[in-house]
Amino acid sequence: MNKTYKHLKLSAAALALSVGVAQAADVEVLHWWTSGGEAAALNVLKQDLEGQGIGWQDMPVAGGGGTEAMTVLRARVTAGNAPTAVQMLGFDILDWAKEGALADLNATAAAEGWDAVVPEALQAFAKHDGKWISAPVNVHSTNWVWANKAVLDANGISAPTTWEEFVAAVETLHDAGVTAIAHGGQAWQDATVFDAVAMSTGGPDFYKAAFIDLDPTALGSDTMKEAFDRMAFIRDHVDENFSGRDWNLATAMVINGEAGFQMMGDWAKGEFLNAGKVPGEDFLCFRFPGTGSQVTFNADQFAMFDQGGPVSAEQAALASAILSPSFQSAFNVVKGSVPARTDVSDEAFDACAKQGMKDLAAASASGNLFGSMAHGHAAPASVKNAIYDVVTAHFNGEYDSATAVTELVEAVSIAQ
Amino acid sequence: MAARAEADLRTRLQNWIPKLVLSPSLAMIFVFVYGFILFTLYLSFTDSRMLPSFGWVGLENYSKLWRLSHWEISLTNMGIFAGLYIVVCTVIGLMLAIFLDQKIRGEGVLRPLYLYPMALSFIVTGTAWKWFLDPGIGLENTMHLWGWESFSFNWIKDRNYAIYCLVLAAVWQTSGFVMAMFLAGLRGIDNEILKAAQMDGASNWNLYRRIIIPQLRPAFLSAFVILAHLAIKTFDLVIALTGGGPGRATELPATFMYSYTFTRNQMGIGAASAVIMLMTIAAIMIPYLYAELRERK
Repeated sequence: MNKTYKHLKLSAAALALSVGVAQAADVEVLHWWTSGGEAAALNVLKQDLEGQGIGWQDMPVAGGGGTEAMTVLRARVTAGNAPTAVQMLGFDILDWAKEGALADLNATAAAEGWDAVVPEALQAFAKHDGKWISAPVNVHSTNWVWANKAVLDANGISAPTTWEEFVAAVETLHDAGVTAIAHGGQAWQDATVFDAVAMSTGGPDFYKAAFIDLDPTALGSDTMKEAFDRMAFIRDHVDENFSGRDWNLATAMVINGEAGFQMMGDWAKGEFLNAGKVPGEDFLCFRFPGTGSQVTFNADQFAMFDQGGPVSAEQAALASAILSPSFQSAFNVVKGSVPARTDVSDEAFDACAKQGMKDLAAASASGNLFGSMAHGHAAPASVKNAIYDVVTAHFNGEYDSATAVTELVEAVSIAQ
Repeated sequence: MAARAEADLRTRLQNWIPKLVLSPSLAMIFVFVYGFILFTLYLSFTDSRMLPSFGWVGLENYSKLWRLSHWEISLTNMGIFAGLYIVVCTVIGLMLAIFLDQKIRGEGVLRPLYLYPMALSFIVTGTAWKWFLDPGIGLENTMHLWGWESFSFNWIKDRNYAIYCLVLAAVWQTSGFVMAMFLAGLRGIDNEILKAAQMDGASNWNLYRRIIIPQLRPAFLSAFVILAHLAIKTFDLVIALTGGGPGRATELPATFMYSYTFTRNQMGIGAASAVIMLMTIAAIMIPYLYAELRERK
């Protein structure tokens, strides 16, 4: 009797111990990569960690752009129960760092030499006060144009490199009765196009002054009015039914040859590849006309939440696994983005991604790499949304370009 | 003696138990409803951005709020939406109720038919109407397929008309419910009065205009209060039907409040807009409650 009891007690203790250990070695990851390809890509990371004996507690919160995930995160942190690691974008990371909620990853960064391989413009969102606070997974660039090659060939158009050539190409398509531009009328898509148009109209210095420094003179300038005029031109060459359309449906229009061009980030490539199209043969990818040497980016990162005390071994392991060249390559081949470090081999990537990696390295070296306003990597969420309001109102014909410029200055000043 | 003491204890217990049972829920309502109303009021005077913070900024959030054209659009939309929604729902509800009250055959089947839309959530209504109104897949497309090529109905894609699509869907959803309220009111009217009026030779029209509808006053009031607060808190319908678009053409105060508080990191301005919404509802409810309570005295 006594013996059985003792035995029971022992095994209970062992059980408690093993549970305790399992908990200590788990990472809980909050993310919004729930679609097939993304989930598969994340699996690479999961297996890598499991190989090191670290369990993975998945906590997916669906919803593109992570708005819902951020709402969940806020509730978790307010309740004092922050997840180990959280997928985050741009200014969200810095905002949380300011709240003092993120763990310091400097030791891992120094050991793996992140400073040398991660582009400087991206480091601005991964470091706070000289401390690494998150591990970048990828770099999406947003100033791409996707084109249906057959449609372009049939109308004798080659990939335009300046705004004037683009206007001519769009008008040729329009006259031929083809929808020139496939677009989805949602605020973030309007803003994605506006990003590229503003960069092309005013050049990188203007872009930086207006969207990163939020300089009222640049925001209220004639160049900005010209950018809005160009938006109006684009508005005139989308189809009637664009309002509210999802981006992937707009991409499908280009894939099916119903439209010539789409301005969208490199995630659009996945749609072409899934449809069995070949880059360079069936579809073309090129930088938005007039932004050939610039890259506007947004980057997914994993921030590690402070679990009390120094960064845990599991968090360090997760961070170093995320930035390992093998994961960066494997993940980004699937995701359509390019690696967040510039020293990864481009062997496994397709033609568009190879060009993207080359562009990224070149833009980073020449100071032409900028955070995308539309994707929250130029100004904080409040300012970004204020700009969205004006861009989308103007795009939908609520007011003319001159009014839009005045509204823009006012909206940005209120949001700051 | 002992029996009396026991009876005493019993009555005292009987007096206390309802209070005891009710007090936890009352306490919770005080904290989670009224407490948080006060908290929101306080936040509207602070510099809260992503998380609540407590730096006092006075009326700055309110002055920013009223400078935002986005807020103006939401308020104008609210005016259009609430006005049309309340009036149209009441008129349609009343008409349906009067027609159903003509002792027609099959009323038992018709009544739930009109009432059923109310059982759907606004998300379902919004999504269904979104598809139905979409020119590419809905009504317009169907008409084109049937050969009526010139048919055009693209309100949902037109920023000047999209707000009326919201009214359309909301009216479809709620007018059956208003009908049920009026029907109950009609059934409550004393038959003797009607017979007396008919004997005096009142026409059907006069009967309704002078006798029946004036007697429905309480039903009108309840319908108004229910519809008004439904209109002010409309949120899910907008999200499902238009997402606030085209552009920002169908934003309402509720969607404004949500986006400023939770996605734009401008909690202070969001709280200020919530306070304004609360005051709007109070402006409707307080006179109503006052009138009701006074009548009961």
